[in-house]
Amino acid sequence: MFYRETGNFRASYAQDARIFPLALDRVAILVLLALAVLVVPSFASNWLLMAILIPWLILSLAAIGQNIITGYTGQLSIGSAGFMAVGAFACFNFMLRIDGMPFLLAVLLAGLTTALVGVAFGLPSLRVRGLYLAVATLAAQFFIVWTLENVGWFTNYDPAGVMTAQPMVILGYHFASPAEKYLLVLAIVALLALAAKNMARSNIGRSWMAVRDMDVAAEVVGFRLMRTKLMAFAISSFYCGVAGALFAFAYLGTVEPSAFSILLSFQTLFMVIIGGLATILGSFLGAGFILLLPIFLAIFFDFVTGGVFDKALLSAFEVLLFGAFIIFFLIVEPHGLARLWQVAKERLRLWPFPH
Amino acid sequence: MSDTGHPRNPARRDAARVLAVGAAALAAPMLSAQARPQQYIGLPSYRVGPFAAAGSAIFGGIIDVMTHVNMTGGINGVELVWQECETEYIPARGIECYHRLLTWGAHRNVIFEPLSTPMAYGLLGRLPADRVVIPQFGFGRSDAADGRVFPWLFAIMTNYWSGASAMINWIGAREGGMERLRGKTIVHLYIDNAYGREPLPVFRALAPRLGFTLVELPVALPAGLEQGAQWTRIRRENPDWVILWGFGPGMNSTALTSAARMGYPREKMLGIWWAGAEDDVVPAGPAATGYFATAITPGGRDFGIVREIERVVYGAGRGNLADRARIGSVYWNRGLAMGSMWMEALRTAQARFGRGQVMDGEQVRWGFENINLTDARLRELGLHGLMPPMRLTCADHEGAGVIKVMQWDGARWNIVTPEWVSSDRAMVRSMVEESAARYARENNITPRVCPA
Amino acid sequence: MTPLQMFAEVVIGGLMTGLMYSLVALGFVLIYKASTAFNFAQGAMVFFGAATVVGFAELGVPFWFSVLLAVGVMILLGVVTERVVMRPLVGQHEITLFMATIGLAFVVEGLAQLLWGVEVRRMDLGIPDVPIEWILTNTGLLITQFDFFAATVAAVLVGTLAVVFSRTKVGRGLRAVADDHGAALATGIPLQRIWMMVWAVAGIIALVAGMLWASRAGVQFALVFLALKALPVLIIGGFTSVPGVIVAGLLVGVAERMFEVYVGSPILGGGTEAWFPFIFAILFLLVRPEGLFGEKIIRRV
Repeated sequence: MFYRETGNFRASYAQDARIFPLALDRVAILVLLALAVLVVPSFASNWLLMAILIPWLILSLAAIGQNIITGYTGQLSIGSAGFMAVGAFACFNFMLRIDGMPFLLAVLLAGLTTALVGVAFGLPSLRVRGLYLAVATLAAQFFIVWTLENVGWFTNYDPAGVMTAQPMVILGYHFASPAEKYLLVLAIVALLALAAKNMARSNIGRSWMAVRDMDVAAEVVGFRLMRTKLMAFAISSFYCGVAGALFAFAYLGTVEPSAFSILLSFQTLFMVIIGGLATILGSFLGAGFILLLPIFLAIFFDFVTGGVFDKALLSAFEVLLFGAFIIFFLIVEPHGLARLWQVAKERLRLWPFPH
Repeated sequence: MSDTGHPRNPARRDAARVLAVGAAALAAPMLSAQARPQQYIGLPSYRVGPFAAAGSAIFGGIIDVMTHVNMTGGINGVELVWQECETEYIPARGIECYHRLLTWGAHRNVIFEPLSTPMAYGLLGRLPADRVVIPQFGFGRSDAADGRVFPWLFAIMTNYWSGASAMINWIGAREGGMERLRGKTIVHLYIDNAYGREPLPVFRALAPRLGFTLVELPVALPAGLEQGAQWTRIRRENPDWVILWGFGPGMNSTALTSAARMGYPREKMLGIWWAGAEDDVVPAGPAATGYFATAITPGGRDFGIVREIERVVYGAGRGNLADRARIGSVYWNRGLAMGSMWMEALRTAQARFGRGQVMDGEQVRWGFENINLTDARLRELGLHGLMPPMRLTCADHEGAGVIKVMQWDGARWNIVTPEWVSSDRAMVRSMVEESAARYARENNITPRVCPA
Repeated sequence: MTPLQMFAEVVIGGLMTGLMYSLVALGFVLIYKASTAFNFAQGAMVFFGAATVVGFAELGVPFWFSVLLAVGVMILLGVVTERVVMRPLVGQHEITLFMATIGLAFVVEGLAQLLWGVEVRRMDLGIPDVPIEWILTNTGLLITQFDFFAATVAAVLVGTLAVVFSRTKVGRGLRAVADDHGAALATGIPLQRIWMMVWAVAGIIALVAGMLWASRAGVQFALVFLALKALPVLIIGGFTSVPGVIVAGLLVGVAERMFEVYVGSPILGGGTEAWFPFIFAILFLLVRPEGLFGEKIIRRV
């Protein structure tokens, strides 16, 4: 009744090609953005900003990167944390070794560096596929972390191997407080998410999906396999690199290899699978699910049981419940949360009619 | 939600009782707030995951100390309240817990001890603004001992560099004198991360000075469950000593069983204090007998505070450990020592800023900086033998720099050093100051000037 | 110690370790063969199995009876998993099944810690893990009784599985299911029952692997990470071949140890076991993309 397609006319090609064809959708997104930019920083607590929103946004960006390579191109990659590490260390080193390097430029260069690394580790994808490729990317993950830990140049020969990230200064303005960091991260993530959405809808995205669906057929039809696959790796790594730089600078505050462990790689993979492969919304939803659900479970059970149960048992139970939620959502909608949302929207289009 | 309650029996309760208790728990802070002033501390514990055994025992010890203090009149009448937040030893969760625990109702956190070096590093920058102290008892950045550069970060009792130096001193004494180390070979078997690499600067400095050969053997992450390659190399080198620097039973037990398999005598192995707990040796069974381990706080029940807490807290059924057999274990004792330090800091702060009042972050920080644990005071607190006499100052955030050494006999840890073994204080302090100065330069920090 | 002795020790040590890796990987192979699901929860099951055995033993149950009870528990776990998790997801994309097993991994990890606590315990099989004297004196090599025991167990397990697959009706049914679910159903093979059986057997294999690994490392959470080490073994051996997994395991064990001893430790600073098995697997893949014994995948366009 409210969510309908009638009344939405397209009078030009530009209007036809909009990301959000329904007016209601456009209004909703603008309201959401306005809330995010204007309302949240003033009213949200430091905890909400630093511990919930900022990591969620950053990991959503990494999940978009993961989605590009795994969801759109169908190449199973478990090296996203390694690429994030490359981004973080590259950004740190660019700012360290080049005097007066602006932060945004350092982030951009870090992303490009990661893209190059991603192409190098993506080369096996031309020969192997599926779970076998996953193992190749896993090797990248371990190898990158080992190199960053053992080759002293990357960590500026710091004895502990843990460096404090430099302050983020753009045009003389120092982004230090949680609210400022949040807005910076929001801006970068929103821009890159928009770029990813457009890439997915355009020729590049279609070539990725063709490779995913059946790469031999794609080649026969005229897509250049090597170029497409390596491009996917490059762009996906770029996103992971930027996410890694933000993760170190805007969230952790330190640059160290152990923060980018295999656990994080698996986490980003889980995020895109549960969120929905080949969707940008799915990256955000999945990141929210994997990152935030354990926290909310902990808070909820703390509130409800108030210290009666043994803490260790409670924590173990929360882990169990988290796994059960994953299984539950997969059974309900195997294609992920984004698909669940899509189904809901479709129902909403017809509401109050059943069909 | 007041956590001055306790887990009596982790069995399942039916829903009605849970709701009733929950409702009562919600009401409790409102009632107790009117009764006594409350000092709130946030606890970023880890009770699940690979290091759960250590985390549950240490935080259990800390909570037991606070419960004991509450049961005996509080700190000059101030009651302690706390909240736990599960970090699973993951740095990102640690940061989330830091922010979540920062405030609780009207309370503000003053002490945050993540018991994890990466987490401490990550939060370094926030401490001055949030006014929270990270005590880093027996872990973390060694150069935090220089309080002029790190006012909110401490390296209480003994940092890793002091520990490494003290270990070499003990080995020297064991060999019959430091000059007997010349020509010997010492292997540093460590987990391949920042924690494992921390003592390398000290070992590398001491090796040429004392004339021994240092062999560095890292063990790959994540768990160190397979060390065959490293032990094959050890067999070939046939070193005089193997220093074991791991954390968690995965690496440590495997090292001991591997040593047994290679026929390397456990009596020539010395572990760091995170490789010397019951959890590390029990899974290795007879392979662990004879193994030496460093202790900053030894295990055992023969300490005043252990007996006191067992009698008062566990006697009333309010102990935090689910398994009473862990009373007197190495990690639980460490928790007691940690908790006692916090209480002493609060007492010191109160003596200066107002007895019977709730202390804020800056006051607690001052309290830590002015802790003076004399021998007499240690005996008063029942900590004699468990902790050394130590004095923290504005410039010296470490205070002692000593260790004890224990040996596992198959059933318990026996202390083999009745006196505390000291480190080369001069050398370590110069390294600390150099490293801290470097950090200050790189991060545009102006070191404080401490009163002489 | 002569260089030749050292070399022999590295090889033998590597073979033993590799065998232990194979045991963990065996469970993966079974489940993948039957349902093309990569069971991420296998590592958690290894931990759960070991924890269950010592858990029962601590309650006072005699050791070998505890093992029997643990077998029962693993069978139950396998059956419940198949019914609750896998059956509703039949026919779904591989990656969805993979994600479901990840959820399962969390459930099993949480369950293990919930039921049996977080303390580290000892797994005492009563078999000494010290060098056998007469081998040591005659050849200078270090081999322990436990090594022989582990090798025997692995051999028996693999042998049994091989026989079951090739000779029995159940084994044939399993191979049919692995080939084509639809066809298997059409010819009357009880799909559900076979899957239940496969999950149960994978659970028992996890239990055996857990008991062996825990004897050396203790019953503790870190056992979960063994699943990562199994991956290169699976790659090289092929995801669907039982003999392949054994051969691959031996290969990986030896290669990993030789690289660390001769190259990693002296030249690269050590710690190479973190990534070398994977690089080794990649190099292998470039030559033989479906692994040693894997089936050549023919895809029709």
